[in-house]
Amino acid sequence: MAGSQMTGAQALVESLERVGVEVIFGIPGGTILPAYDPLMDSKIRHILVRHEQGAGHAAEGYAVTTGKVGVCMATSGPGATNLVTAISNAYMDSTPIVAITGQVAASAIGTDAFQEADIRGITFPITKHSYLVKTASDIPKAIKAAFELAKTGRPGPVLVDITKDALNATVEFEWPQDLVLPGYRPTVKPHLRQIREAAKLIRAAERPVLYVGGGVCKAKAYKQLAKLVELTGIPVVTTLMARGAFPDSHPLNYGMPGMHGTVAAVGALQRADLLIALGARFDDRVTGRLDSFAVGAKVIHADIDPAEISKNRIADVPIVGDVGHTLNELVDLFAEGKNADISGWVRYLDNLRSRYHADTTPLEEGVLSPEYVIKRIGELAGPDAYYVTGVGQHQMWSAHLLPHQEPGHFATSGGAGTMGFCVPAAMGAQVGHPKAQVWGIDGDGCFQMTNQELVTCALNGIPIKIAVMNNQSLGMVRQWQTLFYGERYSNTDLKSLTLPDFPKLAEAMGAVGLRAVEPDQVDEVIKQAMAINDRPVVIEFVVHKDSMVWPMVAAGASNDDIKIARDLAPIWEEEDL
Amino acid sequence: MKTHTLSVLVQNRPGVLARIAGLFARRGYNIESLAVGVTEDPELSRITIMVAVESDVVLEQIVKQLNKLIEVLKIVELEEEQAVRRELVLIKVKADAATRGQIIEVVNLFRAQTVDVHPDSMTIEATGSPHKLEALLEMLRPYGVRELVQSGLVALGRGSKSLADRAKINRSKIAN
Repeated sequence: MAGSQMTGAQALVESLERVGVEVIFGIPGGTILPAYDPLMDSKIRHILVRHEQGAGHAAEGYAVTTGKVGVCMATSGPGATNLVTAISNAYMDSTPIVAITGQVAASAIGTDAFQEADIRGITFPITKHSYLVKTASDIPKAIKAAFELAKTGRPGPVLVDITKDALNATVEFEWPQDLVLPGYRPTVKPHLRQIREAAKLIRAAERPVLYVGGGVCKAKAYKQLAKLVELTGIPVVTTLMARGAFPDSHPLNYGMPGMHGTVAAVGALQRADLLIALGARFDDRVTGRLDSFAVGAKVIHADIDPAEISKNRIADVPIVGDVGHTLNELVDLFAEGKNADISGWVRYLDNLRSRYHADTTPLEEGVLSPEYVIKRIGELAGPDAYYVTGVGQHQMWSAHLLPHQEPGHFATSGGAGTMGFCVPAAMGAQVGHPKAQVWGIDGDGCFQMTNQELVTCALNGIPIKIAVMNNQSLGMVRQWQTLFYGERYSNTDLKSLTLPDFPKLAEAMGAVGLRAVEPDQVDEVIKQAMAINDRPVVIEFVVHKDSMVWPMVAAGASNDDIKIARDLAPIWEEEDL
Repeated sequence: MKTHTLSVLVQNRPGVLARIAGLFARRGYNIESLAVGVTEDPELSRITIMVAVESDVVLEQIVKQLNKLIEVLKIVELEEEQAVRRELVLIKVKADAATRGQIIEVVNLFRAQTVDVHPDSMTIEATGSPHKLEALLEMLRPYGVRELVQSGLVALGRGSKSLADRAKINRSKIAN
């Protein structure tokens, strides 16, 4: 088709095909309408969602679990602004998505025209980059550049806003051979001198920890990481964004660090003499009070984004580059091992882990414990399934209790903490993996924000399974009210035992609705859901509303003050036993 | 707080300034002065930003965050000794028959110019380093400054090299 005359809309679809787009999640409307006509004749699958936020999160779920760029599309004005939450979420979690929006005709921009919104201006702070395309001939290069920017370097969302007149104009299609992005040169190859400096610190360290972040998933650097651990025997902690980057079953994986981290993972960071941060960004949810975080540790910080290095914690050895390359170089240097003997350190952490681990026993006999339910889903669905969560207590339990063995099998909203992520993101994950089992672990609060996409799933044969942990409240907020607001429960009671009737709601949307109230119903409903492959399934698990996420570091407190239950601190020293 | 001068070479595109201003606002950095204009190459603009920061760590963050913007090509901090730095100021000062002569003396002393005269006021144009302009203003203040407008600081590094050279820009490729 190159060189042929076509409309800007056709050029858009042709360009999307050329960059390899398989699926677009979106909703048409006035200004994007021209693009939807040629889309009918394209091999690209379009999934008509029910709300643009759903399109955005679906693109994210697809991107996180496939490693490809997710695509969402919306019209101007409210269509575009409905994408904002998802774009922001993708920005915080460095998820590669491209959002394509229609814009009013170039001549109408700035006149407060019908459904006009300056979506590029609105999304400046939450996109890696954005384009406003007002000429049809600019469409192919904007699309090519958008995909390149979204997936390379530190990935992130890119917005392409296209005016309606550009979509309607006739143009000679020209696919750009070279991309011209003179201001964009991500450093992929790390500096060897820095690698050698890092190796020196690693060799000398007595209490080193590999602090693994989402960057390791983005760089698909799992094998190199496993190899380095094998060669050096250094303990590993994996952040929320890196769950699955290193198998939880490995004896050197001490779990997730942070505000709701395991005692072993938090203790490992706090007591380390060397942090080897790989694609991690020292987020406040990991560090707690920064000036008391890992005070005795030197820091090697490897990241592709130089702005992350020394942003929150000064690095002793900064390494800018693709973390996969960095790990390869380190693996080469440690080919014959030769780091300090750290067996005492490993023993210490093993001991912490054996003493403090997740508790799934119910608070009250006969009432479901959400921890138990989530654990059972993980055990029955297994590590090959894909897991997606909302945000809150159920998310933290999922981070700890699901079988995180495989990279890219866990999609969750980390940096932004977007309630409502689960259902649409699970839809995106299922579209990316039509044959796999996709389980969404959601809360009753989160579920009510975006459950409309179950209609989309039902109509399109996307058989996601959503487990709603119904604790009748905004559980994490309630937990804070319990602990820090004198048990004054202001506006966290959702009354979701009264309304909605979750199974009925599910049925109304074309899904199968199930409910479990008694512990002995749990396995039964999970198995029932697993047997259904032609429709989405929603299972309501009525769980105890007073279950709390432990361990916990209070906001603004030091990680040293982690509590394993209310007013109960772990014992750090072995000799105290 | 220490003030630094950053010279930022950017692609001359709509929205670039909004991105940069937005970045400063969002991350809580303070712009003390800003000057924007097209360069010797119409595809490139140059933004001179004066920022006041508490520490070098913050300055480093500003530079790194600016560098992440796709349309930013090169950032250089222009140290005071290694750059020519100029601001332009227009000052409307009260002047009558009694004080006019004295004011003109001050104007000459600073190699400034009188660009407008009225029976009860004079407007003075002056160019120079921030220090020089501050000194001029000190001298004029006693006569009564009615109005003042100041440009952002512009600066060029000393020596023959240009910022575009330092950015190793292939000019033929910018146009796209």
